[in-house]
Parts: sequence; C-alpha cells; structure tokens
Amino acid sequence: MHAVPTFRKGGVHPPDHKVFSREQEIVRLPLPSELVVALSQHMGAPAKPLKAKGDTVERGEKIGESVGFISADVHSPVNGTIKEIKTVTLPNSVQCDAFVITVDEKQPGDASKPIDWRKLKKEELFASIKEHGIVGLGGATFPAHVKFTVPRDKKVEYFVVNGVECEPYLTSDYRLMMEKGKETLEGILIAAKILEAEKIIVGVELNKQDAIDHLKEIVKEKGWPIEVVGLKVKYPQGDEKQLLKAAINREIPSGKLPLDVGAVVSNIGTCYAIYEAIVYKKSLYERIISVTGEGIVNPKNILAPIGTKVSDLLEFCGGLQGDVEKLVSGGPMMGFAFFDTETPVTKGSSGILALHARKKVRRTPCISCGKCVDACPIGLMPTLLYKHITNLNYEVAMNSLSLLDCKECGSCSYVCPAHLPLVHTFKTGKKMGRKK
Amino acid sequence: MTEQPLMIVSSSPHLHDKSSTANIMWHVSLALVPATLWGIYLFGLYSLVIILVSIGSAVLAEFLLGKLSKECTIWDGSAFLTGLLVGLNMTPSVPLFIPIVASIFAIFVAKWTFGGLGANWANPALSGRIFVFFSFTTYMSSFTTPRTLLKAMPDALGGATPLGFVKTAIASGSSGMTSNELLAQAGYPATELARKLCAVLGINAYTIDSFLGNIAGSIGEVSSILLLIGGIYLLIRKIITWHIPVTYLLSSAVLTWIFGGLPAGLGMFHGAFFPSMLSGGLMFGALFMATDYVTSPLSSKGKAVFGIGCGFFTFLFRTFGSMPEAVSVSILMMNIITPTIDRYIRPRKFGDKKLFAKKEAVA
Repeated sequence: MHAVPTFRKGGVHPPDHKVFSREQEIVRLPLPSELVVALSQHMGAPAKPLKAKGDTVERGEKIGESVGFISADVHSPVNGTIKEIKTVTLPNSVQCDAFVITVDEKQPGDASKPIDWRKLKKEELFASIKEHGIVGLGGATFPAHVKFTVPRDKKVEYFVVNGVECEPYLTSDYRLMMEKGKETLEGILIAAKILEAEKIIVGVELNKQDAIDHLKEIVKEKGWPIEVVGLKVKYPQGDEKQLLKAAINREIPSGKLPLDVGAVVSNIGTCYAIYEAIVYKKSLYERIISVTGEGIVNPKNILAPIGTKVSDLLEFCGGLQGDVEKLVSGGPMMGFAFFDTETPVTKGSSGILALHARKKVRRTPCISCGKCVDACPIGLMPTLLYKHITNLNYEVAMNSLSLLDCKECGSCSYVCPAHLPLVHTFKTGKKMGRKK
Repeated sequence: MTEQPLMIVSSSPHLHDKSSTANIMWHVSLALVPATLWGIYLFGLYSLVIILVSIGSAVLAEFLLGKLSKECTIWDGSAFLTGLLVGLNMTPSVPLFIPIVASIFAIFVAKWTFGGLGANWANPALSGRIFVFFSFTTYMSSFTTPRTLLKAMPDALGGATPLGFVKTAIASGSSGMTSNELLAQAGYPATELARKLCAVLGINAYTIDSFLGNIAGSIGEVSSILLLIGGIYLLIRKIITWHIPVTYLLSSAVLTWIFGGLPAGLGMFHGAFFPSMLSGGLMFGALFMATDYVTSPLSSKGKAVFGIGCGFFTFLFRTFGSMPEAVSVSILMMNIITPTIDRYIRPRKFGDKKLFAKKEAVA
C-alpha cells in the first residue's frame, strides 16, 4: 500500500472554509466604469509606462513595458482612455504608479480563432509568453519567462504543476480545474514543451477529489503524458519546496531554486493563462478571483479584469454582511490585510476575503511549548527567532537561526498558544537585518 | 457607495487555531482531576484542604506580585496549575503552613523573580516541593497509610512508602532479595483485589497495588493508572508529546533493570524495573512535571534527550544515592541543562546545505 504523498516535516491543518465559494461557477464581472491598472503587479522592477494622460488604449495593448531582467509587461484590459496616472498602494504595501482607465462603453467582441500551438516552435512559444505578460498567478507573481529560462547546464526532469490551493477559503484554482480542465491541461503541455520537461506531474490536494478525477479522466481520454497526483491535505503544501518534497520527494537546498533539483513548479492558473496567451493571443489582463469569506453576502468566483477595484467586486457579490473586521487580499494564511476598498486587484490577487471578527485571546509571554518548532515546515525554531529579533539581535537571527529561510507561511503563528505575532516579527526582522 | 466599516490591518496569518495559554493550563489541570479525586478518597478530606490551600496561596501570590508589576496574570491558569501541582506533591498529613510556603516559593522565587510566566528556568511546583522537602524533611517524609490498606497495615510500617522501605532495608544491609520479597517478608500489606489479580495474572500484588494506587505516597502521585489516563488525555489533545514521558520511563526502566539489582546483591539484569516505574512519583513526574513546557526543550529530539537524562538521573539517585526525591531532583537537574539542549539539538533544517554537501562529496 502506497501512503498518500505529502511533505514530512511540520505543517498545520487549518479548517479549509472552502464551502462558501466551492460550488460557485466562474462568472464574468460586468465591466466596471473605471479600472486602476498598477505598473508593479509582479515580482521585480515595475514596468515603464508607455502611455500618458489622455491617450486611448485598446484591449490587450501593451501599456507598461518590462524593465530589467526580472519584470513583466502590463496590458490594458479594456478599450478606454487614460484618465490619469496616480500612485496607488497595493495590499502588500507596495506603492507604485497606476493608470486610471475610463472604460469605453463599446468593447470589442470576444476572441480570435484558436491557433494550433503544436505547430509553433519552442522559441516562438517562449517569446509569446513574455510578450503577453504572464506571471505566476499563485500569489508570488514571478515573471513566467524568467522562470522558464532554463540555463544550458540544467535539465528539467520534472515539470510540477501546483493545483494544491492549500490556502483556506480560496477556490479559484479548484473552479478552474473543474470548468476549464482541458484548456488548463493543454496549457500545461505548452509549458512543458517550452521547458522540454521529461515528466509532468499535477499535484492536487485530496480535498478536491472531484477535480483530481476530472483531470485524470481528460488525461486518460486524450492520452496526454500527464500524471495527476492526489496529495494529503496539509498546509503549506502549495509552497514549491513542500510541493516538490511531496510530489517527487526532492528537497531544494536552502537558498536554491527548484531548477537545482531538476524541476520547475508552476501554478495551475498560470498554465491556463499560458494556454490563453498562446492559443488565443490573449495577454494576461484578467484573472479568476475568489471573493469569499463569511462576511460576503454572495461569495463568488469572478473572472475580473486586472485593475478592478475591490469595491466593484464587493458590490457584485452583494456587499458585506455581519461584523467584518478584515479585508484580505489572497489567502488567510499568507494574504495581506488592507483597508481601502478602492484598492485595485492585480495579477497576483487570487482572492478577496472578508473575515468576521474573531474571538480576541490575550497575548501571553512565550511558554516554550515548542508547537511552533513542530509546525515549521522548514525546521526553524520560531520562538528563538522571535526572542532574538525582539531583542534586536538581528545577526544571530539571520546567521545561526537562518531567518532568511523563513517564507512566512504562518504555520507558527497559527499554532502559537501565546498568540505571539511571530510572522509579523520575522517580516520586520528580515528588513532590519538586511539594513545592517 | 455605502459607508464602509473600519477594517483592521495586521500581518498574516489571519487564522488561528483554538489554542491559548490559558486553555492549555486548564486542560492540564483537568487531566489531573482523576488522580486528585483518588488522592482525596485515599487519604481523607484533609488532603482536599491541603490542595485548596496550595492553590489559594499560589493564586494569591501571583495576584499580589501582579499588583507589584502592574499586570493581572491569574487568569492564564498557570498559577492555579502550579498550586494544584504543589498540593498534589504534599504528603497527606503535612501542617498547612508547608503547602503555603511551597506555593509562595514556587510563584515568588522560582517564577516571578526570573520574569514570570515563560521565563523561569526551573519548574516552579518542583522547586516549591524540593524547598519544603529539605526545609521540613520530617513532615514531608511521614506518609499516611491509604484507606484501602488501613486494616492490614502493621504499626511498624505505617508512614513508609514501599520505595522508601526497600531503600532503608537495603541500606541497612539486607541483600539477595528483590524489593517485592523484602516487602513480603516485612508483612507489608496488599489489597484483596491485588491479591486476587495476582493469583490470576501472576503479577506481584505490590506491583498491582502501586499501579492501581493503593500505596502510601504524596496525595496525587499514588495511582499510576489514573495519572496515565490524564497523560493520555493530554496526548490526545496534543498538549504534550510522547517524547518526554516515554523516553523518561523507558530509560529509567531499562537502567533499573540492568543495574538496579546491584545494591541488593542480585547482580546485573535483576533490577525490579516495573515497581520502580510505578512508585515514587515517577509516573507523576514523567507525565506532568518533566513535560512542563517552559522548562523542557523545544524540539522533539531535544525532548527525547531531556527524557533520557531524567531517566538516567532518577535511576542513579534511586539506586546509588542516599537521599530520597530522586524524581524531583533529576527533573530539576535536567531543567538546568534545557537551554544547552536547545542550543545544540535543533531540528534538521529543510534543504540543509551541509547535508547536501556531504551527499555530493559521497557521489
């Protein structure tokens, strides 16, 4: 009997709360009258604006150009006019310039004819991905063309697709697998062709058994060389380190990349974006967003243009209800709380959550229970890190306690009975430590 | 646009499991309830008074010290738990000033002076017990005969624990007999139930009695089975992990088995490890004292080392030492070493570079 694969060290089991939006089919948001398209929607350098105030833009037109090696192009989601360029604050507290676009009433009809991607060469596919501004849609928004640049001395043995969606509440990847399974799998094949990957594995957690079955069925019917693997439910399995450990039992050395163990990891949403970019020449200007949580009247999975203001999404979902205390962009474990509903969504917004007030528990001093040590999937000692950082002892935290290996997954804070702000402290500690 | 409620902005994660410090403290207290009730039944209502006085003085001390440092920490349950543990560690007939002294020592000296909850290096309840034991040794080493053995107990043996009795016998020169034989020779009584079970199971009646809790001892430490039930409850609630209790009990049992027979002249591999596991507060210490979060190591590996260390010292003091209090002193000794364990024994880091360097070197 084969045990269900998962990663070994640490991890937690938060309740998955996916019930709110799990059965909601993806719906397209009616075009809002105004969009705010930020120029820094990806990891790396912000894009350079190509338009000025008063210019007209067309749907899919490039309006921001990537600068430097790690950066990505930005495209207009609509036909419209640039009303102004202003500075916005994104939920992850990045400040950048953004185009405010007044949306035209008349929009072009949908869709060109599909292209047979199998006739295209690897280089053409690669160029297309860069041109259409594809970034990782799991949340980290790493530009896809950078990730897919495989150095000559490296080989991609495994292309591992991340359909784990281990964050509670979020259901956008699940809905994608259920409704656009075939297209997504084709996107995976395209990506694998670019990477010249030897094996393709799709990892999905077992709380999405129907999605696993659905994908397996398509794969079987088409005879595609894709293996769909069910993984035991455990947070943070959607992190590439944990996912690779679970799916192919390889461990990325500290400070290295998946490529160093012969693998590339991509989010399943990214693969769908790749499919659309190649087959329909559609740039990445819209994405699926789960608007969910107990504070949303009608939770939905929405296909919305990038740059939609959160207030438009909330209005479309019937608004807020109950004692809403937090708005979160992304999942509840790693997402960012924000307060301004005028904040626009970006390429990385996998979800918008409205969370009710939770019971306040008094913070106590650390009681050294070691639960954080057991929960840390990286094998760090969060409580010691916490003590060193709060004593401004950044060097010890950075060097002998490997603070920089922490990826802020939140497992330690989640289990801490003393309710210490561990992740918060580590974020601060990293900044202060780097400054020194 | 409707009026927008004010939102909280805080760092991720935005979810938390149901645990809290107070919750843990109350659960541990709950796990001690069966053993406590049994102690009160066995030794009479005066034991209840002792326990209440211990708890009361511990909580009061915490409250008054909180006034001094301008905080109120009595609701986190830690002072209650310390008081309860102190009470359960008292002999059933101590004068009431002793638990008061022990509780105040525990809260004031062992805990508060080092910075309060989480900052103490020694287990407060244990420190309190050790302090009063060495200050008022006579009171703390005269035991009451349990209710279940009252009728059959010879006068000469009243007020001795089996462990204490055997130790004295061996120290005064009797050799060649196991502890159970020594007890039988002196006419130490066993309950009716234990004798019947002995006939059926072939396990020594004294061992059965110490497992069930029909022996003399401190109020809370006598019934191994009820302590085990409490310990298993804590394991199921994931409040403690198995590492410390299991390694502690196993290591002391194995060492006692190998070397425990030496002082009595029985030779190697003849130690009575089973009775040793069930008596002298070892079960209590392994499940409730050594597992104290603050004073035990953080990592699982560290916890195992801690447990083995406790087991080693307990065996050493019991078999070759001349003083009682083997369990308490061993745990306190390992409390001293805990920070060192945490410094050198750490979990393996994911993707540890050293490991990879080794692998590459081999390949």
